[in-house]
Amino acid sequence: MEADSAVRAAIRLVCELGVTAGVVLLMFCAYLLWGTGSYTEEHQRVLQWQFEQEIHPNKGTRSLARTDIGPIKLGGAVALLRIPRLGSDYKFAVVEGVDAEALREGPGHYPGTAMPGEIGNFVVSGHRTTYLAPFNGIGELRQGDTIVVDTREARYTYRVIGKEVVLPTRLDVIEPVPGHPAERPTRALITLTTCNPKYSAAERLIVHGVLADREDRRA
Amino acid sequence: MYGFLWRRLPGGIVVRLVVTLLLAGLAAGLLWYVVFPWLAPRVPIDQPW
Repeated sequence: MEADSAVRAAIRLVCELGVTAGVVLLMFCAYLLWGTGSYTEEHQRVLQWQFEQEIHPNKGTRSLARTDIGPIKLGGAVALLRIPRLGSDYKFAVVEGVDAEALREGPGHYPGTAMPGEIGNFVVSGHRTTYLAPFNGIGELRQGDTIVVDTREARYTYRVIGKEVVLPTRLDVIEPVPGHPAERPTRALITLTTCNPKYSAAERLIVHGVLADREDRRA
Repeated sequence: MYGFLWRRLPGGIVVRLVVTLLLAGLAAGLLWYVVFPWLAPRVPIDQPW
């Protein structure tokens, strides 16, 4: 009898721990999908506000904002990204860097690739399902859709020219001429990269665009 | 485990219920605001680079 109740107690303990672990796992999934967004939202609010301040400094007051792009401070916004197809209020501040810490704040510019409007490839990576999921909808982009990139000196409008799904090892999609690592670039391209399929990191979804228009901020 | 904890709680049923909810909330908050934010960047899902 004594042994019997000890076995029962042990089984009960294991069951209770199992159910608890299940609940915690479910909570973690919920956190990844919805909880992570609040972190990004907070950072985006600050980044976008800072960026707008630099673009439209108050007239009459001596502003510290530089007119040239200057050295990019890590964590600060490099550009503002708008994609009308994904909604008129779709707007994200692009940060510099693509490590986990940077991408928690928003889509990140791949260091070493071209800057917005430059000849070469302006590469931006973003989360598909977590941290506000900035690139959740880029699979819906179609040929000819516009991607608008605001920097401190100009507004660049890119047009989508193609989409592809590749393995994570296909690093050539971020080359100055995607797919042709040896070639010299002649066009200003944009490349958006994110995870594919959703909720996975098995593949990468890539969207390519080419610069169609440049509008200087100060004539 | 939970039976043991329940029996260890003081007071009547109401007090026990309140304390249980408080403890559960505390655990959930600790997970949500401390453990999960630490863990999330270390889990290799949705890492787009």
